[in-house]
Amino acid sequence: MEVTQQLKPKDYRSDIPPVWCAGCGDYGVLASLTTAFSANHASTANTVLVSGIGCSSRLPYFVTTFGMHTCHGRAVPIATGIKLARPELKVIVVGGDGDNFSIGGGHLPHVARKNIDITLIVMDNSIYGLTKNQVSPTSRAGMVTSTTPHGSPDVPLNPIAYALVYGATFVAQSFSSNARLTADLIGQAMNHKGFAFINVISPCPTFNKVDTFEYYKPLLRNIDEIHADKGDKVKALSLAMTMGRESATVPIGLFYQEKRPSYVELLSGIKTRNKGTNNPDLEKIIDVFKL
Amino acid sequence: MGKDIIIRVGGEGGEGVISAGDMLAKASARAGLEVLTFKTFPAEIKGGYAMYQFRVSAEEILSHGDTFNIVVVLNAEAYEINKGLLKPGNVLVYDGPDGGIDPKPVEGVVQYAIPMTKISKVDLASPISKNMVALGAVVQLFSFPMDSLVELVRNKFRKKGEEIVNINLKALEAGAEYVRSNIKKTDKFTVHPKKPEGDAILLSGNEAIGLGALVAGCEFFSCYPITPATEIAIWLAKHLPKTNGVVVQAEDEIASLGHVIGASYAGAKAMTGTSGPGLDLMTELLGFASMAELPLVIADVQRGGPSTGLPTKSEQSDLFLAARGGHGDFPRIVLATATIEDCFYLTVDAFNLAEKYQMPVIILSDGSLAFRTEKIKRPDLAKLNIINREVYSGNGEFKRYEVTDSGISAVSLPGHPGGQYIATGLEHSETAAPKYSPDYHAMMTEKRFRKIENIEDEYAASEYDGNGDEDIGIISWGLTQCSVREAVKRCRDKGLKVSALYPKLVFPVPVKAIRKFASSVKKVLMPEVNYQGQFAELVRAHAGINPIRYDIYGGLPFTPEQIEAKIKEVI
Repeated sequence: MEVTQQLKPKDYRSDIPPVWCAGCGDYGVLASLTTAFSANHASTANTVLVSGIGCSSRLPYFVTTFGMHTCHGRAVPIATGIKLARPELKVIVVGGDGDNFSIGGGHLPHVARKNIDITLIVMDNSIYGLTKNQVSPTSRAGMVTSTTPHGSPDVPLNPIAYALVYGATFVAQSFSSNARLTADLIGQAMNHKGFAFINVISPCPTFNKVDTFEYYKPLLRNIDEIHADKGDKVKALSLAMTMGRESATVPIGLFYQEKRPSYVELLSGIKTRNKGTNNPDLEKIIDVFKL
Repeated sequence: MGKDIIIRVGGEGGEGVISAGDMLAKASARAGLEVLTFKTFPAEIKGGYAMYQFRVSAEEILSHGDTFNIVVVLNAEAYEINKGLLKPGNVLVYDGPDGGIDPKPVEGVVQYAIPMTKISKVDLASPISKNMVALGAVVQLFSFPMDSLVELVRNKFRKKGEEIVNINLKALEAGAEYVRSNIKKTDKFTVHPKKPEGDAILLSGNEAIGLGALVAGCEFFSCYPITPATEIAIWLAKHLPKTNGVVVQAEDEIASLGHVIGASYAGAKAMTGTSGPGLDLMTELLGFASMAELPLVIADVQRGGPSTGLPTKSEQSDLFLAARGGHGDFPRIVLATATIEDCFYLTVDAFNLAEKYQMPVIILSDGSLAFRTEKIKRPDLAKLNIINREVYSGNGEFKRYEVTDSGISAVSLPGHPGGQYIATGLEHSETAAPKYSPDYHAMMTEKRFRKIENIEDEYAASEYDGNGDEDIGIISWGLTQCSVREAVKRCRDKGLKVSALYPKLVFPVPVKAIRKFASSVKKVLMPEVNYQGQFAELVRAHAGINPIRYDIYGGLPFTPEQIEAKIKEVI
């Protein structure tokens, strides 16, 4: 066991400096993450940060916990494997909108419906930054990027609605410069039993010239003012589907939380029913094939 | 006669051909006989031609054999498919009269008409029992142990209720009774049960892989269903929870290997099972696992390809993919199974090698082996050596990717204070920090490959059978080895000077053994079930020898007869 002396946020930082551009929204998420770790006495030995590929996916290097910087889009299944093998670990996935909604989009429905006990923090900047300015699944329709010089013909994906519909049991949204709310939501998500999803709007100052800090600031609204019952999925979904330009607001805070047995709990049930043991009688299992 | 009999049963998929055959195999094994089964079935859910071939002998069986001695046809299609193969000395058992089969007499072929459809439909009012009527007739005709079969039928249908048990037993008896009252046996095939000896088990190739994994200490298995690999998951899903292990069905093959990678990072011995199309999807993560130096096992139960190809048939055509698949330079180990025993022991070896070298190990099995059942000696667990990865002791500075002479560096597991590191797919320093300079990439690439430089000396990579001075030497891998063993035996009985090398490790290519072998013979022959001569190609490139190739690619394994004929042709 580690000594449970509370570490300061800076104690969670490694000596590798971030490679992000000046003014990048990801700095805010990193700061909020270490604040949340400190506030929740996160153990650097028992916490694993998993990421895929992209600017935001570099984050694990900047933190002193265990971590994995994996393949594009595959952070969620890899994190799932860690959690299922070692349920006592805190497993947190960090990554971008392209990573989690596009190339890895096929994994999100399943981690949500299975209620795998991990936290997913998406740093959503509505652009592909590392590859320098290509359209992302959350880019607004008509957006001009290097691969959509005539304006994007795609309808953007709605991250909150998506997570709600697939059965995530904790769904929240934050804004990267709102450090207090982001840290608070990360802390809640880490303590949530089941799959927790936080979409953090995290502007890219280099390539996305429309979804900027200045654009968002007047639109942001604390969700608690308009949505009190966090167990009301229909209301949460309705808010998710009307937010943005239509309602001239972008709600931030907790949209939805539900208690449902997590996958780990269900699996432990299977083990118990099968009298699972760490010292199994292998001969008895081989007897299955006896003539 | 009766030392060695091959019975083929053909009928419509879903008609119970396979399950009847499985029971016959088990009953024979219980009676002390050696058995080896071989099945092919259609890719359709129901319908199409299903075939079950069953070889039984009082002596060791090396392969599924050449062709049948006895063929039992349950419908007209099965008759049409097999009639051209009838030779003098064979026996034809068919559904007749009124079964829609009208066999023409073939000289020297004994024909028995058993009205299977009539008995099941009219006499028993249970049309689905045709397979049991046929089974009863076969048992009676060739003296299989009826008592044992009755017990197996009871066990198989007990869960479905007394009524179902009785219908099946009645059908079995009706088939036997028809033979007793109406058939005068004129063929020479009779099985002679002997006293069972030793402690044997009967299992399929896929089950043996599952059992091997469990015994090797597998704690985590994730897969996406795919023919012909799914039974590995089915077996483990039932039994792995007993050892506190976890089995997950993932949303796709990429996710399944992702799960395995995460579990391995967390310290678990982890595995996935798939077939060619699934392994294709996994290649990016395979490279990641090699780069991040994570131990894991992938069983690739090969089927015919490319694309959806031949889902229920077998081919040895994923070797290039297993050995070469993926971008960039990265090491991996590939083992190939030839028998049910191999499926078990090589799975244990795969886990041990993965743990020792901290890298992915791929087991190549195939469709024929997956579904074949065979009686093997019960494994002696006390004799199995189980290896675990080298774990950071907690003393001194921890460098996850420390450059060592062996290429192997200690790993730390989450939960270990002081052992924190980032497992990474980026090129990195010894402490796992991203580093892209030419020096680092060269140094780390060499470190990763150094792990397997001497693997041939550290692992019993191949088995040699010869005297060191033969006219022809055969190198074969995987399932083909079975037919080669039988062909070599036959050729030697006829005075031919033949030797054989049977590699278990197919990648890295066991170069030393192959060169030594090649220098002991005048010619090297390499039979394979693929178009490109994939192993021959690797052997040519790595060992610098130029073998005579013999490639077949119809979706069926070699028969010993085919190999024997080729040996005679090229010797």
